[in-house]
Amino acid sequence: MTAELRTEGISKAFGGVQAVDDCTLSAAAGAITGLIGPNGSGKTTLFNIVTGYERADTGEVYLAGRRITGASAQRVFGLGLARTFQLTRIFPRLTLLENMLVAAGGHAAGRRRAHELLEFTGIDQYAGALAGTLSYGQRKLLELATVLAAEPAVVLLDEPAGGVNPTLIQQLADRIRDLNAQGTTFLIVEHNMEFVMGLCHQVTVLDHGTVVAAGPPADIARDPRVLDAYLGTVPDTGPDDGGEPGDR
Amino acid sequence: MTTPATTTTGRGRRAALAVAGPAVLLAAAALFPLVFSSPLATTYGFDALIFVAAASAWNIFSGYSGYLSLGHAVFFGTGVYAVAIGARDWHLTGDAVFGLLPLAAAVAAVVAVPVGLVALRVRRHTFVVITIAIFFIFQLMAFNFSFTGGTSGIDAPILNWAAATYNDPFYFLALVIATATVALSWLIRRSRFGLQLRAIRDDEDRARGLGVHAMRVKLAALVISALITGLAGGLWYYFIAAAHPQSAFDPLFDLSLALMGFFGGLGTVGGPVLGAIILEPSQQWLTVQFTNDYLSEILLGVLFLLVILFLPRGVLPTLAERAGRWRARSRRRPDGPDAAAGGAAVQPDRQPEGTAS
Repeated sequence: MTAELRTEGISKAFGGVQAVDDCTLSAAAGAITGLIGPNGSGKTTLFNIVTGYERADTGEVYLAGRRITGASAQRVFGLGLARTFQLTRIFPRLTLLENMLVAAGGHAAGRRRAHELLEFTGIDQYAGALAGTLSYGQRKLLELATVLAAEPAVVLLDEPAGGVNPTLIQQLADRIRDLNAQGTTFLIVEHNMEFVMGLCHQVTVLDHGTVVAAGPPADIARDPRVLDAYLGTVPDTGPDDGGEPGDR
Repeated sequence: MTTPATTTTGRGRRAALAVAGPAVLLAAAALFPLVFSSPLATTYGFDALIFVAAASAWNIFSGYSGYLSLGHAVFFGTGVYAVAIGARDWHLTGDAVFGLLPLAAAVAAVVAVPVGLVALRVRRHTFVVITIAIFFIFQLMAFNFSFTGGTSGIDAPILNWAAATYNDPFYFLALVIATATVALSWLIRRSRFGLQLRAIRDDEDRARGLGVHAMRVKLAALVISALITGLAGGLWYYFIAAAHPQSAFDPLFDLSLALMGFFGGLGTVGGPVLGAIILEPSQQWLTVQFTNDYLSEILLGVLFLLVILFLPRGVLPTLAERAGRWRARSRRRPDGPDAAAGGAAVQPDRQPEGTAS
């Protein structure tokens, strides 16, 4: 139930903008890996490529050693790789339970799993309500629950803590830890540094579509290249970022 | 949910109503030609039933998936011409021609595959435009090909039936098709297939990301929808006894299906049935009452605008919501998500007013 996710030399350009540039990174099997970087550094594009929503210009994606480059979104999900979206996406005119069943399947085991996950995320009392009536934070929980319905080996979370109140963030982190303890691999894009540093075993830093640093959270927090990418304050160390004056 | 006892009885009553309602409607429909036996009444009845079938079929695709087709006349006309050409070329006469009805369904279903593979690549408004374009291509083909008889069309074989009861077999055949279609619509709505369609309606990309093979699901729904629409077209051809490009491929047919769906409630099982039963006879009646052809269309247009303005989600969902709110109020259940559901769901439609006030 546990698997490694790896990308090799992924590049993707939109017109003249190089969104992802020769990006090689991995989310180790059974670990929680954080993916951080300034806005526009290519995190979400990378997620889209890995999960079949966009095609890479070059490069390969491997799931548990198996090449899945260019597979369709539904196939990627079937292979055990699921994701959430930065702008939470649920089915507003389906009930919570129906939302779950889309992913879990209609069979008895799927139904049981759907109910378990609604309980696990603490929103089971609304199972029969339309998902569109949930609050923002509850939608995040529902989205997480749907993603887990097919028991994926690897889960990609795009800003799970964005716009969520501190209590709920704690709850989310606990749930992620629980699942990780059962073997699920996580790759998490997040701007909330406290959340990332407290939760992740490894952190990878993207800037201008390229990995500029990777390592344990404590090292990353001190890495001058990371500070440079984020704050643009530390001179001379780190690779040249193209020298755009606007970034400084 | 907070009060299990009352909910159970409420649900039981609703379930009883869900069984009794259609049963009463079906019985009334079966008795209709016995009570109102005039050819005019049965003609109204037959047309209404054809539209119950066609609007329900349209709803199975457009209502559940959210892909609004304004090109279903393609399948209706294909059904018409399939049996017309079949009967002509194979020299079928008399009751034997009804053996061709499965052909109408099959040809329409086959036509739906390439139509779907082209049109379903795009979404929303673009999809609507593409379906209209495909519709006109088919109408032009019917006008211009020699095997369709061009503008003069194809006359149906004559049925030597007694004039007084001529309509009855048509009526009951249409009733069977309409009933089967509504039953199928109900089954699909409850099925996993129906859930996947509704998930696609809400957010197709998200559905794909949760393992739904969106293209396959949409295409299957379109083929099922086309099959029934073609079958209705075939039967209608024998009733009208002539196939003409402008009546077999009629843009008003496309609009009528959409209007019936919107009027009754898009994506509900009963909505298109209600829409067809109310709108089709009204349209016929208006056409007869006012010799000016366009007046009935203008009045229908006005009705459509009124529905969009005051019942934007259709009659059935709005009534259900009112009933739900009334029940919730009478039971004094505060802030459960059930009670919130109704209120939140209408908000998007009322937003301009809300911000103004």
